[in-house]
Order: sequence, then structure tokens, then C-alpha cells
Amino acid sequence: MTPTRKRRLIAVGLILLAVGVATTLTVFALQQNMTYLYTPSEILAGKVPADARFRIGGMVKDQSIERGQSLTVAFVVTDGDGDMRVEYEGILPDLFREKQSVIATGSMQGDRFVATEVLAKHDENYIPRDVAEAMAKAHEKHVKEGNEEPEMENGQ
Amino acid sequence: MRRRASIDLNGNCATIFPHPALRATFSRREKETSDLQLPILYSQLKNPAMLPELGQFALILALLVSAVQFVVPILGAHLGNRALMAVARPAANVQFVLVAIAFALLTWAFLDQDFSVVYVAQHSNLALPWYYRFSAVWGGHEGSLLLWILILSMWTIAVSLLSRSLPEDFVVRVLGVLGFVSLGFLSFTVLTSNPFARHIPGLADGNDLNPVLQDFGLIVHPPMLYMGYVGFSVAFAFAIAALLGGKLDNQWVRWSRPWTNVAWAFLTLGIALGSWWAYYELGWGGWWFWDPVENASFMPWLVGSALIHSQAVTEKRGSFRAWTLLLAIFAFSLSLLGTFLVRSGVLTSVHSFASDPERGLYILAFLSVTVGGSLLIYALRAPKLAGGEPFAGMSRETLLLINNLLFTCAAAMVLLGTLYPLIGEVFDLGRISVGPPYFGFMFMLLMAPIALLVPFGPFMKWRQGDVRAAFKALRPALGLALAAALVAWLITDHLPLKGVVGVALAIWVGAGITLYAIARWRNAPPGGRFTPEMLGMICAHFGFAVFIAGVLVTESTSVEKDLRLERGETAVVGAYTFRFDGVAHTEGPNFIADEGTITVLRNDKTVSVLHPQKRQYGKNTQIQTESAIDPGFTRDLYVALGEPLGDAGAWSVRIYHKPFIRWIWLGALFMMLGGFVAAADRRFRVVRESSAAADEPPSPAATARPAGQNS
Repeated sequence: MTPTRKRRLIAVGLILLAVGVATTLTVFALQQNMTYLYTPSEILAGKVPADARFRIGGMVKDQSIERGQSLTVAFVVTDGDGDMRVEYEGILPDLFREKQSVIATGSMQGDRFVATEVLAKHDENYIPRDVAEAMAKAHEKHVKEGNEEPEMENGQ
Repeated sequence: MRRRASIDLNGNCATIFPHPALRATFSRREKETSDLQLPILYSQLKNPAMLPELGQFALILALLVSAVQFVVPILGAHLGNRALMAVARPAANVQFVLVAIAFALLTWAFLDQDFSVVYVAQHSNLALPWYYRFSAVWGGHEGSLLLWILILSMWTIAVSLLSRSLPEDFVVRVLGVLGFVSLGFLSFTVLTSNPFARHIPGLADGNDLNPVLQDFGLIVHPPMLYMGYVGFSVAFAFAIAALLGGKLDNQWVRWSRPWTNVAWAFLTLGIALGSWWAYYELGWGGWWFWDPVENASFMPWLVGSALIHSQAVTEKRGSFRAWTLLLAIFAFSLSLLGTFLVRSGVLTSVHSFASDPERGLYILAFLSVTVGGSLLIYALRAPKLAGGEPFAGMSRETLLLINNLLFTCAAAMVLLGTLYPLIGEVFDLGRISVGPPYFGFMFMLLMAPIALLVPFGPFMKWRQGDVRAAFKALRPALGLALAAALVAWLITDHLPLKGVVGVALAIWVGAGITLYAIARWRNAPPGGRFTPEMLGMICAHFGFAVFIAGVLVTESTSVEKDLRLERGETAVVGAYTFRFDGVAHTEGPNFIADEGTITVLRNDKTVSVLHPQKRQYGKNTQIQTESAIDPGFTRDLYVALGEPLGDAGAWSVRIYHKPFIRWIWLGALFMMLGGFVAAADRRFRVVRESSAAADEPPSPAATARPAGQNS
């Protein structure tokens, strides 16, 4: 093996090693920080792995906000098909309101969802795309099963 | 799911306005006016009534001129026809005048409150103060595109004026490529996003500008950001022109360097302004969220940083030639991708107030043509231009190569995280979002080696460096960094590891670059000590040190408390006591607000009285948090109101103590300043007329320079 070849071989080897390490780290970091979005009916159907940290998306049900001690608050998120009680401690975003869309990040504790972060990124006519799609799915299913239309004011 | 105005070219409007009352007005008027004749309607308009039409006409003319500016000069350069080549500069001038007219007319429509223009009616109303009417010009999709085009043609004019020293065929190719970019954006505007579309008759009042955007930040943030985004088009056009011509002259590279520096400096400023704006305006005190749109502006910045360094190598040493060209293509492609991400709304984001999926398709097509086309040209031509000088393993080139790899990897990492939800959707993996910790972790990982290696850069010589000498020169910096970390750890009694590392790294980088400045002062002959280019480098690297200190210390030591406070109740955060003195009603020019009073005390002395607000802008029922900040060099006190709790006058309140957060933007300002100062170096402007030196290796005199030039 000529010295040039040997040097090239070392260089290629180092590059492959670097790429390998980088890929591993990236995949690891991605998997650690990836959160999936589910709607209440998907959660009730048992689609969420136990102990998973995930996002719940849907509408804040009318008249469902309950304030507790200091900054604790609870509300019900609905997708028209299923309801899920969400508990949170902290300040809710400006755009958080009843009958408006919401995304909360957290995990299940028993039969309720404990949120560490609540987002309501929308204006009055806008539902986050993720939520809209998830809810459209719930709606479709509803229609297919021949149930009555869910009573939803989704503003679209 | 269409939620924006959709307008056909006749100016009819099937608008879905966000505000229900306005929507009702629109539909009622449409009924009333449906059987009226057009001439009568025009007579109802404000005088002089045809101005917006003139604006649209100017845009269409500009579109045609841009097509000429693209095709004719490149054809001329290809055929060697001087007459065709001579079209480039006049075409660029005419295009600039036309675009400026269109922009001025749109601005006038806003200032004059011409609500017969749909775009004006959507983004402005009678109650809006004049300065926000002015900035509302780029508060929505159509206007921000027009701003994009205006800035592009400003850059084009600058290129055509400041390129007299370059060979004509090269310059006209650059102008031709800029014409192509302009063509793409003008046709996009004219075909899908006409800012001058009318609704006749005009409305009595317009819709509201998004309250988040009614702020000083909006006046300055988008123009600066666009100056940066669009500025990379010059480096891009330069690369394509060089590839088309099949020749890359070192002097041309030298000519292109200040352009990249200036674009990068503007982008730095734009991003910093955006971060500062988000910090005080969004009301939760963060300065960076790894939001898709932030990432979209950050990716070109990362690649631009790599490009600045790689251009230096190419110019000084003739190495990295193909790589520099590729980076120039990437930097601009990422700017385009950024525009695509923001405008198409493919990614849910806090910026998605300005999005529309249909328009995204056009930009995606344009993006594919531009990126695909330029990469094709690159693949065909780059081997011809590649090559360079050999350099040893331990040399400044190697360090800059590592810098480039890390910056490019960081950009790729951000790109992956940003697009991952899209990838997940395409492959039906579910609705995924990638959390900020991914970006934070990966970014720190990639930036740490850069911070460790930065001080070595200037001390290493080109071609063959001496690590031992460089290390010896840097020993005081290392000692100082370790000592400072120890002191910081002792006096703050429990500074987290992240903060200690931050102090050490910041001192290491800062002291390292200071040592270099001192060495340069001692060793170089008077008069030649600090060229602007070198000063710029020192300034930018010093900014990097300040930035590191700001980020790591803020991130590790901030105290954020969300509390329920009753009138007169106090909360202790850090060394400060915050007393909540209740909330009162107040009014602004176009909003009403609940204004809280919070008195901050330290050792029973009043430090500051803060007035955070909850605003409600007129008809728009959104509530907007206005935080109140007591800024300081070493700490910010940040207060924002949450919401009223119960009837007893209690409120939820956010109280933050953020040490050294200003250093983040201060560092960015130093970096920006560095970019501008370096670009001002006369060396870049004095380009020898002869093109005979083309493709020659740099002169021995340049390589033997003792401390070398900057990186």
C-alpha cells in the first residue's frame, strides 16, 4: 500500500466514523425529542403507548374550564368524538379560550392528561393543521358509522 | 382549508376575512354592487383613483424587464455579443425604477388609507397610527413579497454600479442570474399575489393588522432580514456566473467577499432583531424557540458563516474553490427554502399568519428549478474550476475546513429537524413534532468544537501552521478561562455546570481573540497592523464570545416564576422583591388595556416600577400581552400579566429574572459590526484591471505574510 493510499484510507475511515457517530447522535436526539399528536378519541381508543410523552390536540370544550388552587387549571379537550380531561399548572396563553383549538404537551396520569405546556397558536378562524386533520378524521369516522353529527363549532 | 383572500386577476374578491363583521360588510356590498357598472364605481374611488392600477402596471412592466435582464445578457455573454451584453445594466436600472414605483404606490395606498385595495383593507384600518400603516406595507404576504423584490433590485443596482473593475462578460452574467431570480419572484407576485387587487367600491374601514405586528420590531425586523436573505443572491449569482463562464478568477472571489459579508451582517441583525422582538412581544420571555420560521432564517445564516470563511480561503489561497461555489448555491437555496416555508404554511408555526398552501406550490416549483438547475450547472462545470493549493494537516486551512464542516452540519441538522414533521407526514409516520431539546442538544454539540478551536484560527499560519506556538500564545487565555470559571463557580455559590462552561468558553474565545489583537499590534509594522478586514474578524469573533456568555449564562441561571398574586402581595425572585400593586384600565391610540403596576425592590429600595399590559385592539378581539422589562447590562427583570383569577383582584403573573440576556443580542451586534467593518476594507475594492492573472496561484508575498490575514 502506497503512503498516499494509506492516507486516503485513514481519511475515508475517519469520515465514515464521523458520519456514523453523527447519524447515531442525530437519530438518538430526534427520537428523544419527537412527540406525536393524538386526539382525545385516539387516546381513548388506546393508540398511545403507556408512559409516552405526547401532544393532545382538539377543541377546548365549552364551559369546561375549572380553576383550582393558585394557578392550577383543568379543562376538557374534545375532538367531537371523545373527551379528555387536561390538567395544567401555569399561565395559559393569550389565545386560549373555550371552543377554540388547543395543543397541550404532557403525558397520561391515570385517566387524565397532565400537561407541561399548553399552546393555542391560532387566530379566530384558524385551527392548527395537525388538529384540523385529526378532527376531520374523527368526523369522517362519525359519518361513516352513521352517528349523529358532532356538535362542533370549528369556525371553518 | 383556505383562510386568506383569494383574488383572481380581475380584481374580484372572494375574500374570507377573519373578522366576522367585516366579512358581513363585504358580502353585503358584493350584493349591492353586483349589477352596477364599472365606470360609475371608479368614480367613487379616492382621487387620483388609478394609482394602484399604475402600481400593478409598473409591476407587470418590471416582470417583462426582468425577463429581458435574464435572457439577453446571458445570451450575449455566451455569444460574445457586446450589444446584447450592454442591455444588462440599463435593464437592471429600469427594473429598479419600476419596482420602486410599485412599492411607493403601495405605501401611498396605505398612508392614504385607500381601502379599495384589498391588501390595504386587510392589513390596515383608520385607527392605525401612521408609522404602523407604513410598516403594514410588509405586514402581509403580498407586500412582503414586494419588499423582497425591491430589496433584490436594490442589490442588483448596487452590483451594477460597483462592478466596473470586473470583466464585462462576468458582470452581465451576474446581472442575468439576478434577473432570473427577480423574474421568478415578480411572476409569482403578478400571477398569484397581486398587492394592488381592488375591491370596488372601497370599504369605509379596513381590517386590523395583527396586534403582534403592531410594534417597532415589525418596522425594522423584516427589511433587515430580507436584506440578508436577498443579499445571498449576489454570492449565488456570482457562483452561477463563474460556473457558466467556466472560469473562477481569484480577484473575482475577492470582489464577491464584501457582498457576502454585508448580506451576512444584515441577516445577523435581522435574526437578532427578530429574537429581541419575540422576547419582549410574545410575552413568555424566550429569545429563541427553534420555530420552523426561525430555523428558516438561521439555516442561511449558518451556511453564510461557512461561506464567509471558505471565501477567505479561496481568495487568499486558491483552495476550496468548488466548495465555495457550492456553499454560495446552498446559502441562497436555503434563503429560498426559508421563503417557501414561511409563505406556504406547510409547517405550523407562530409565523403562519402569512401563509397559503396554493402559493407554496409556486415557490416550491421555483425552488426546484433554481436549486435543481444550479446544482446541475455545478455538477457539469465545477470539475473544471476545482483545484487549489496543497496545505498541511496543521494549518489555517484545516481549521477553516473544520469550521465549514461544523457549520454545514449544523445547518443540515436544523434542516432535518425542521423538515422531519413533513417527512413523517409523507411516509405516514403520524403527526410528529420535533422539540426544541433536539435542536439545543445537537447545536451545542456542534458549536462546542467551534468555540474551542476559534482562538487557534488567527494564530495558525496558512499552509503550514505551528500548533505548539499557537498553543503557547494562547496559554494566558486558557488560564484566564479556567480561573474565571472557578471564580464564577465560587462567588455565585451554585452556578450550574452549563453556566460554568459558558463563562469558561466565553473567556477562552474572548481572551484568545484579544491576545491575537495584542500580538498583531506588537509584531506587525505600524500602519499595517489592523486592516478593516482584520478588525472585522476580531470584532465578529469577540461578538461570538459575548454571545456564548449570554446564551449559556442566561439559559443556566434564569429564574422564571408563574405566580398568583393579590393586590399588595409580594414575591421574591433572586435578590429582588416584586410587589403587585394592582391593575387599572388604560387606553392607547387604537387599543384598550388592563395595566398592572409591579414595584421591584432590592434591599427595600425601589429599583423600578413596571407596567405590563393586556391589550385589546379595537374590533379584533384577540388579547395581546405586553410585557414590561427593566433591562440591564447584567440582568433583565421581566414581568408579564397572565389573566385575572377570581373576583378579588388577583392575577396570574409571570416574573422572570434573566441574567446577561442582553449579551445575546450584544454579541450578535458585534458580529454584525464585524461583517460591515470587514466589508469596508479597501483591499476588496481595488481590483487590478488585468484579467491575465486569472487562475494563477497567489503570489509568494501573500503566502509568506507573517501573521497572515484574517479568516
